[in-house]
Amino acid sequence: MAMIEVDNVRKLFDEILAVDGVSFKVHEGEVFGFLGPNGAGKTTTINILCTLMQPTSGRAVLNGYDVVKSPHDVRSSIGIVFQDPSLDERLSAKENLNFHALVYNIPKEKREERIKKVLDLIDLTPRQNDIVRTFSGGMKRRLEIGRGLLHFPKVLFLDEPTLGLDPQTRHHIWDYLNELREKERITIFLTTHYMDEAENCDRVAIIDQGKIIALDTPDELKKSIGGDTIKLKTKDNIKVAKEIESRFKLQVIIDDGTIFIKTDDGESMLPRLISDQSIPVVSVSVHRPTLEDVFLHLTGRKIREEQGSAIKSMRSHVRALRRR
Amino acid sequence: MSFKDIRAIYSIWLRDLTRYRRDRFRLVSSVAQPALYLFVFGTGLSRGLAIRGGSGSSLGPVDNYVVFIYPGILGMSLLFTSIFSAMSIIWDREFGFLKEVMVAPISRTSVAIGKAMGGSTVAVIQGLIILLFAPFIGVSFSIQTLVIIIPLMFLISFSLTSFGIVIAARMESMEGFQMVMNFLVMPLFLLSGAMFPIERLPEWLKALTVLDPLTYGVDALRGLMLGMEVSANPISLNIAVIIAFGAAMISLAVVMFNRKE
Ligand SMILES: Nc1ncnc2c1ncn2[C@@H]1O[C@H](COP(=O)(O)OP(=O)(O)OP(=O)(O)O)[C@@H](O)[C@H]1O
Ligand SMILES: [Mg+2]
Repeated sequence: MAMIEVDNVRKLFDEILAVDGVSFKVHEGEVFGFLGPNGAGKTTTINILCTLMQPTSGRAVLNGYDVVKSPHDVRSSIGIVFQDPSLDERLSAKENLNFHALVYNIPKEKREERIKKVLDLIDLTPRQNDIVRTFSGGMKRRLEIGRGLLHFPKVLFLDEPTLGLDPQTRHHIWDYLNELREKERITIFLTTHYMDEAENCDRVAIIDQGKIIALDTPDELKKSIGGDTIKLKTKDNIKVAKEIESRFKLQVIIDDGTIFIKTDDGESMLPRLISDQSIPVVSVSVHRPTLEDVFLHLTGRKIREEQGSAIKSMRSHVRALRRR
Repeated sequence: MSFKDIRAIYSIWLRDLTRYRRDRFRLVSSVAQPALYLFVFGTGLSRGLAIRGGSGSSLGPVDNYVVFIYPGILGMSLLFTSIFSAMSIIWDREFGFLKEVMVAPISRTSVAIGKAMGGSTVAVIQGLIILLFAPFIGVSFSIQTLVIIIPLMFLISFSLTSFGIVIAARMESMEGFQMVMNFLVMPLFLLSGAMFPIERLPEWLKALTVLDPLTYGVDALRGLMLGMEVSANPISLNIAVIIAFGAAMISLAVVMFNRKE
């Protein structure tokens, strides 16, 4: 059964078409990733799915409930970690968690135990009674994540959850997420800029300018743009490039003092190249395609590159960060 | 209304009270502002303006200006506290916490009611603090009267907080708050008869005071605290108007919260 079903959803802000006819399905228990540059429409899609915004047109169904017609049932099925801050900074960490536990109807006997577990996970147990305003940016972020994990929803939305967190904490949180997913069969809908997090997903949708331009498993996506690239620096690039082209029948490009060689399997090609005495190797490396390369291949731009429409949303980022 | 809704109302209410407890500044200013008003208007200004009590005077049966404005200052404090509490919705929107509330599986109706309950509880606490001044002003009333004043304060605050929520529900920015203070709250306060007897006003202004919901609150408080002969309207009329206004406002607030973006 599809846990989330989105059919041709559009969202038009005054002049900006933020989401432009998006359709996809997310299966139960799946980790589904949304990968795209600033302003691509990731947060807007999440806002529609979690009933904070109405789609301009199209239909979205979550856990069998239409997000427009049965918003209350949808809300009862989801949990979310927002991209922008959403804590009550005047309350303590524990009071924030308590509020969440109350409104999400966690039974009294489980409340204390869950809060304790989450505080432990996000490493805030010693600071639990401190006012959130006095926390560092990373600590606030950890609290937001902890709060999102407090109740076990059917679908958990994570909008760039680990942005600004140190690698150790990210690792920690992912371990817990994977555990949750196995035990509670939680479906996770994730947006991220981190390639390694996107790799963690069962399937990834690449979204750009409000449109999904590719959707598949990370492996398939990478395969779709061809195999590995070997980067080779030699004393005489032009001569070597010609030689490789004729001898190995490989596609070769010279750029910026480096020879780029396309091959299906870089690891087995590499020894053959450098064992050849006639090639005066200076340095060599094998480059496996990443999801970043996939994006670059599909759009001709890098994910992190700022583009016209992204600037506005960057500003709101900056504003959000300043508030912390 | 189900148990679920009551728990939701309770959580919204509890949060407002926790925040209030934390806010030392609000507590201090809640005492300082009425004290200042009572002092400035009561001692200095009344002499300067030659407002004097006694039989046949402008204050009616009350012979002391400070005593006359005391229930008015209480009404002012309820007004300011209620509107301020309601306006915190704008802060919640700006700082993002409103999203946490709006995405939770609780009815929008209980969010609006919880907010109104929270604001009015805080206002009643502020009101009780002001009631502690009574002996120093020379106002005394019985315990029975106090038992009526407390729910009356709650009723007034509930209607005013709901009114504030209606305004705050669609407001996007903090700048709007200043507008509300200047163009709504101050006129409500000044036209309520809190600081001077309404009978002394010119006819056209008198007509406006009838439209001010706080007029009825102040009049009811004044009647209860200083004696029924001081109030302009019968207490039943005052309470009926406050209830009607409150019911209309909370209904409107609920509708505003249920509206979709
Ligand atoms: N409330 C709004 N009003 C007007 N325009 C909006 C609003 N929210 C988003 N937009 C616009 O919609 C577009 C998509 O924004 P969205 O926040 O969905 O991007 P995103 O993919 O989440 O980007 P990021 O990676 O920066 O978080 C942007 O151009 C943004 O300016
Ligand atoms: Mg976003």
